Amino acid sequence: MDLRTVMRRLRTPFLFLLGGVLGVVALVSLTQGAVDIPVADTLAILRAHLPGGGEATLGPEAAAHESVLWHLRLPRLLFGIIVGAALSVSGALMQGLFRNPLADPGLIGVSSGAALGAVTIIILGGHFFPGVSWLSDIRFLPAAAFVGAFLVTIAIQRIASSGGYTAVATLLLAGVAMNSIVGALIGLATFLATDVQLRTLSFWTLGSLGGATWETLGLALPFCIGLLIIAPFFASALNAMSLGEAEAEHLGFSVERTKRVLIVITAAGVGVCVAFTGMIGFIGLVVPHLIRLCIGPDHRWLIPGSALGGALLLVMADTTARTIVAPAEMPIGILTAAFGGPFFLFMLLSQRRRALWG
Amino acid sequence: MTTPTAMPALLQASDLHFTISGRSLISGLHLDLEPGKVTTILGPNGAGTSTFLKLLCRQLKPTRGEVTFDGRPLGDWSLREMARRRAVLPQHSSVPFDFTSLEIVLLGRSPYGDGVRHLAMARKAMEWTECAHLADRVARTLSGGELQRVNLARILVQLNLGEDLEPSVLFLDEPVSSQDPAHQHGALQVSREMARRGVAVLVILHDLNLAAQYSDSILILKQGHLIAHGTPSEVLRPELIGSVFDVRATLGVNPITQGPAVFVEPTHDRFG
Repeated sequence: MDLRTVMRRLRTPFLFLLGGVLGVVALVSLTQGAVDIPVADTLAILRAHLPGGGEATLGPEAAAHESVLWHLRLPRLLFGIIVGAALSVSGALMQGLFRNPLADPGLIGVSSGAALGAVTIIILGGHFFPGVSWLSDIRFLPAAAFVGAFLVTIAIQRIASSGGYTAVATLLLAGVAMNSIVGALIGLATFLATDVQLRTLSFWTLGSLGGATWETLGLALPFCIGLLIIAPFFASALNAMSLGEAEAEHLGFSVERTKRVLIVITAAGVGVCVAFTGMIGFIGLVVPHLIRLCIGPDHRWLIPGSALGGALLLVMADTTARTIVAPAEMPIGILTAAFGGPFFLFMLLSQRRRALWG
Repeated sequence: MTTPTAMPALLQASDLHFTISGRSLISGLHLDLEPGKVTTILGPNGAGTSTFLKLLCRQLKPTRGEVTFDGRPLGDWSLREMARRRAVLPQHSSVPFDFTSLEIVLLGRSPYGDGVRHLAMARKAMEWTECAHLADRVARTLSGGELQRVNLARILVQLNLGEDLEPSVLFLDEPVSSQDPAHQHGALQVSREMARRGVAVLVILHDLNLAAQYSDSILILKQGHLIAHGTPSEVLRPELIGSVFDVRATLGVNPITQGPAVFVEPTHDRFG
């Protein structure tokens, strides 16, 4: 029995292992930062905040750490978990939908659309309507990103679909075109921006979890959880779609309905992630690929595997970003791009070799 | 045609037309598929055989005319209901991810939900189509013929291997195109066995003698029109074959089956 067969038998234990590692890494992440908080104190503080935890007895040092942990690190950790999970599940869904392991929400312009929505609000708010305070309201930002992601996705679908069917090659190329249009508009926005706005804009292009608070977490959570709950229902349809769209229909799955639902939930999830964390690239590309290498391409395991793996990778990346140049912090998008870019090239090369071999 | 039967047609197409951007690909085709029969469609390249098959399995919508399955128009069937009674072998296929052959075959069971019976049935189907030894291979690395046999096994399990089944239809678009002679006969023996188990089988072939050997009836298409329809010996007439396929045809007797055998040569030597 070869390694592949063995690993596929161990799919469920593998998922539990990933979950366990995520738990450990999450705990370590809470203790690390500009201030190191001992594990015991971390656990004590968390226990004190649990319902029914009451006024647990915290030592004076732990009490000092409480605010850092509760108001900064914990929301940031949870944000990293849901954003990492949402981005990589979106990647897995798009790759299944487009039957191509290189597809990614960033690739078809969903992320760019979301960024454009948010950037438009930042610039318009300050430049043209400086007096309109609701434009800079935090609740308005994800809405704008969400609208941007949606409009781009719908525009791309209109361009690429005819007669009820979506031509995948056209869809991907439309995504390329959309990315450059959005790039130009963001460039224009940068040109118009004031110095203060420029700093905010660079946050979009580089990506960071630094904006995480309980409030932003509360705004993003429903969208990400919605994505994670709905996606597994389409796992079998995506498996069938690997054989081709017509083959999936012959196996009893509605391809158009699958596409519609998955594109909508992906736009919603990615839009909200981009609104609060900027453009964190490559998670959606790298994680599903690694999970497929480990336990195979069956979407019934790939989707939960990607959710856990994405959360794990983003939490590790964010912990690194927070600590590597402490007390300053590095935008996380730089890290994911620095590792993700070469990985993407590696995938391209191995696909090319595969094509040569036939 | 020659064997009158009390069994009503399971799949009926009446006066089918299909036109795309002004070009008429299918004009006025009729078809009755009966359970237990193997029907073969023959035609030169571009005759519309694949288009016809796509109209019959709802992959394309006819411009005019209607297809009914078990008395109901195709559009009235839910995809899931249809998938349990109708399976389609595509002419070409590709798999972008590293599914193993066995996993591909198991996808054929997806209209039935999860169940333990699936694995045994999948292995049996792979034995039928002579690809059991490929079960753990990644499907993407198989040769064209091997992948075709894996896909054939997949649609056999989709129809429960023809066991305890409501009347069903099997569509095969050139199932032998990438097969060596032994596997060509293997694939067609499998379709005969499915017919014996009560399935209506429709096959697109290019090999006139394979068609003669395995079909109950043959349809010949040219430029989207029905040219002939009947038993192999009714249809495989030298002058008809000659004009449809633009060859010189001679009829003989297949020494093995004692049925008709067709020999063809080009009408003229293009390099002479």
